[in-house]
Amino acid sequence: MAIECLVLGAGQEVGKSCVVVTIGGKRVMFDCGMHMGYHDHRHYPDFARALAAWGAPDFTTAISCVVITHFHLDHIGALPYFTEICGYHGPIYMTYPTKALAPFMLEDYRKVTMDQRGEEEQYSYEDILRCMKKVIPMDLKQTIQVDKDLVIRAYYAGHVIGAAMIYAKVGDAAMVYTGDYNMTPDRHLGAAQIDHLKLDLLITESTYAKTIRDSKHAREREFLKAVHKCVSGGGKVLIPTFALGRAQELCMLLDDYWERMDLKVPIYFSAGLTIQANVYYKMLIGWTSQKIKDSHAVHNPFDFKHVCHFERSFINNPGPCVLFATPGMISGGFSLEAFKKWAPSEKNLITLPGYCVSGTIGHKLMCGKPTRIDYKDIHIDVRCQIHQLAFSPHTDSKGIMDLTEFLSPKHVILVHGEKPQMAFLKERIESELGMPCYYPGNNESVSIPTTQNLKMSATERFITSCAVEQGKRSLHKRNLICGTGLSEVIGSDEEAAEGILLMEKHKSPKILCEDELLEVLGMEQHLVQFEPMVSRIVADVESELQRAKAADLDSDGK
Amino acid sequence: MKLTCLSASGGSYYSPASHLLELEGFRFLLDCPIDLSALAVFAPVPLAGDAGGLIRAVPRYWLPAAAKAGGVDAVIVSSATGMLGLPFLTGLPGFANTKVYVTEVAARIGKLMMEELVEMHYEFVRYYGPDTDVSPKWMEGKEFNELMSMLQKAVIEDKENDSACLVPLYSLGNIEECMHKVQPVKYGEEVCFNGIFMLKASSSGLELGNSTWEIKGPRASITYLPSSVFVSAHALDFDYSSLKENDVILFSDFSSLNDMDEDNEKLNEHSMDETDSSLCHYSVLRDDGADADEKVPFVCNNDDITEEIERISFICSCIFDAVKSGGSVLIPIGRLGVILLLLELISEMLHSSSMKVPIFVISETAEEIFAFTNALPEWLCKSRQEKLFAGEALFGHVELLKEGKLFLFPHLHSKGLLAAWKEPCIVLCPHWSLRLGPAVHLLRRWHADKRCLLVVEQGNDAELSLKPFMPLAIQVLECSFLSGIRVGKIDPLLRMLKPKFVLLPEGLKSRCPIQEVPWSFFYYSKGKTIELPNLREEFEVHLATDVAFRLQPRQLNETTAVARLRTKLLVSNGRFQLASAEKQSDQSKRHLLHCSTIDPGRLLSALQEKGMVCSFAADDSSTASECSVLITSPGDALVKITSDRTVIYCDNERTCNQIYDALSSVCKGI
Repeated sequence: MAIECLVLGAGQEVGKSCVVVTIGGKRVMFDCGMHMGYHDHRHYPDFARALAAWGAPDFTTAISCVVITHFHLDHIGALPYFTEICGYHGPIYMTYPTKALAPFMLEDYRKVTMDQRGEEEQYSYEDILRCMKKVIPMDLKQTIQVDKDLVIRAYYAGHVIGAAMIYAKVGDAAMVYTGDYNMTPDRHLGAAQIDHLKLDLLITESTYAKTIRDSKHAREREFLKAVHKCVSGGGKVLIPTFALGRAQELCMLLDDYWERMDLKVPIYFSAGLTIQANVYYKMLIGWTSQKIKDSHAVHNPFDFKHVCHFERSFINNPGPCVLFATPGMISGGFSLEAFKKWAPSEKNLITLPGYCVSGTIGHKLMCGKPTRIDYKDIHIDVRCQIHQLAFSPHTDSKGIMDLTEFLSPKHVILVHGEKPQMAFLKERIESELGMPCYYPGNNESVSIPTTQNLKMSATERFITSCAVEQGKRSLHKRNLICGTGLSEVIGSDEEAAEGILLMEKHKSPKILCEDELLEVLGMEQHLVQFEPMVSRIVADVESELQRAKAADLDSDGK
Repeated sequence: MKLTCLSASGGSYYSPASHLLELEGFRFLLDCPIDLSALAVFAPVPLAGDAGGLIRAVPRYWLPAAAKAGGVDAVIVSSATGMLGLPFLTGLPGFANTKVYVTEVAARIGKLMMEELVEMHYEFVRYYGPDTDVSPKWMEGKEFNELMSMLQKAVIEDKENDSACLVPLYSLGNIEECMHKVQPVKYGEEVCFNGIFMLKASSSGLELGNSTWEIKGPRASITYLPSSVFVSAHALDFDYSSLKENDVILFSDFSSLNDMDEDNEKLNEHSMDETDSSLCHYSVLRDDGADADEKVPFVCNNDDITEEIERISFICSCIFDAVKSGGSVLIPIGRLGVILLLLELISEMLHSSSMKVPIFVISETAEEIFAFTNALPEWLCKSRQEKLFAGEALFGHVELLKEGKLFLFPHLHSKGLLAAWKEPCIVLCPHWSLRLGPAVHLLRRWHADKRCLLVVEQGNDAELSLKPFMPLAIQVLECSFLSGIRVGKIDPLLRMLKPKFVLLPEGLKSRCPIQEVPWSFFYYSKGKTIELPNLREEFEVHLATDVAFRLQPRQLNETTAVARLRTKLLVSNGRFQLASAEKQSDQSKRHLLHCSTIDPGRLLSALQEKGMVCSFAADDSSTASECSVLITSPGDALVKITSDRTVIYCDNERTCNQIYDALSSVCKGI
């Protein structure tokens, strides 16, 4: 048996994450994203081609279920297209926050692309709603039986609210698809958490395959210092973000700082969307970090004190302010509008997210500091300050290595990264961890062998004898077979136990103890002893002596 | 497998039954509620009048029966009320390494309930001073015995033993200690206990965070089924599908033993027309038509929920009448779900008649509970989950608080309460026993006003609990709520779950049909232990294919083959895995198991077949029972055979093994 992994998107690139894994005869699609750098057919994963390769009549029969890891568009953007236009009607799983927040992301982006770029609309608002209705929400750690054989489970990934790593298992074959994850806790989310699992395959993101980042604290301070300097000089701060995730994290940071420094400069959210998103965040507080939950039993941390009401005309107002505007990466929408207005002044500050897709203004600003940007038919003089946010909700290279080592899968596949860095990480994983590692490109597939087990029965005596054998050295006999971890190995080799495997026709094989076999089959026991040749002489002498003794006794008796 | 029912006295929402389950040598305590029945014989403080002849002292509480059961390995808790007795026990030596499994939400609510109980109890301590006597004076008095008989507690079989079971309440420190042992879980989360047991909680539908449990041992799977509700207006529905086909069902839902049918009739006398509009408005009804199982519609129809809403609506109409006449309403009910629903329905009713009557919730825990009930969408019924996806608050109380129609205060003496206070008003506060908390003070205030209304839950001895407040003019509405599975639904449910054994309370024996059922019934009653036959003698193990391929099986006859197996047993997550053991066993001695006798003649020819040069040793001492074979090529060796043992003298390991193989082949041994 093998696991077949077909990469439909995010193979040697970032964008349109979509991996289809065939495991134990079940086909599971992990993520269904869109690529924001393209506006042609490369926008979506090539579903039709995959379907033809599978030889299935339609997607619903071809795929057992779709699992979405989080609400970012490069992970969910193609879902309404896949369900409403390609016609997939099978089960779709995502966590509660993802189900609640995804429609916002999808609708926000749909509107932006429709209004600003006049791009042909791929799916409608109604399509989004119809699609989301079909979604089955899941909780973390909950074991979900998709069908008789397929089991999935979500683990906390920490990347954005509701982000999950997905464990999937059919029979003895098991794997994890990480989605995007973060191994260090941030202001409102905890670090990724997963159990020790016995895995044949780990598919991990590798956005920062080569980068190792320093402490988060210093980076947060840098950001606050830059913002404070700008507003105290009367400048305006533009923070282009998506409505969800980064906006809430940065706002928590600023709200806190404003409170401490007693600042009065207004903080705005450009879209009602972000404010609406905060309503959701309040209900989903259980998905933030433990620290927030513990310190806010009564007050909700998403009730921001310093955020003021905003109207679009405010961008022409004089005086300092901080504005959160969508979309991130400045690919259009209101963030572009504000950028056009504010970029020409040196007093102002633009912050950029840690990662921008190529083709966006954000990407252009990141690659060296241009003084003039041509975007479609517009020319913008850029004189403002630019601060690149060094904190990203993705794990760094060390985090990827740590997780891979912790899970110790038999094979690793890298997705969601850039080719040269992935090649570097593959080398590290193979040499340092000794695991075969692959990083297939789009529309390529990798086949991985899996371990198999035979099921049989064993008698109580055998199990007890094993436990006794292995428990000999254990001080706590009671906790002999303890622990929740899967890879818990008890005892060393010397503590192995012996038994007999009995195979009878028309009966399932059975393992029993030696003496039990004697009873069952009416066999006899015969001791075989191995001795060196020398001891034969000793034995001869001994038996000679004994015989002599016996003879003596005999004669005495007489 | 053994089951001992420790307590079933209450078997109610506030005090679920408690059991001790023994499985594969491990002891599981299933639920450990607190029995507050003794509280009724103590006079509430501050004392007023003659206190109705009740005991004037710091109250004591019944020690949970589990204290006498000795230590347990794990506690499995199905509800917040099911863990309130635990702090009595967790300090005992037998509980030092015990783990407590309970859902996150039940653990959180349970902790708040414990703390609130300690806080309310402290009012007595402030009044009387601390209860330090080993055996206080009131315990010896004749008066005490009279009061105890007033309680009509079946427990009083042995009076001496009895008063020893009355103990002071636990402290905040005990609660802390208890919570340290808690391992919180989510619905559907599989947790492993001691390697061999898998535990899984699923929603029981009765209350937020309440759960049924599946205990999967290596040789049997058990469903622990406490009081459950198929369709709920607030909590996630009863998830019976995850309990299908477990071997044993421990049916621990005692709700149908309480006479509910009677109450329904009582309720039915009152009109129900006015409730329809509010039902639709809150859209707690849903259609389950899509379910494929043909029995599901019958079990899960919306009758229960409809009736429950009707009941609560009827209470609302009584409340409405009282406030209209200028009276205040006191609702000392401890059911979170009922409180949340009541708030929604009352405010709706008040709003539609544009009456402005303030609603107060006076409880230490109110603020935290109300904040967090709006942040646990995963634990709520489907219709409430839809509110999350639509971006609306999960419960109506969020809006009520914002609009200033609902006020939360921790105590009656809290700052700001007087400023907000206006009568008539509606007050929800603890405690249902009418001995603790703000309810005592408010009942004293309103007991003589016939316009006022007291809403209490049926099941407590109303006469006794109202005794210290006599004479009464206040109207008293006794009501009951849906607390579990109806008798009529037990059989269809069991048929759906397809168990092999069903453990049923003795009291339900006459109510459940036993004819033509594919499972066997066992009946339990308090204090008795029943033993169940083993379902399977053997364990299921998984043998890695790499080990299997290395086996050297020997055919014994046409139908049987055997192979020697040397492995390590790895146990985790309830799975027994046999992995390869690299090192071979000690070679100097081996047991040979054989069917036929060892014939030296055949051994000789077998050795010769392997290309060895050998002959019978010309041993002068040879007897019938002993025989030696001498080998000269490829190396020197001597094989001595007696009836029960063979000794191979040889220095070359390879030759040794060859001789051994030849030996085992002639006797069909391994």
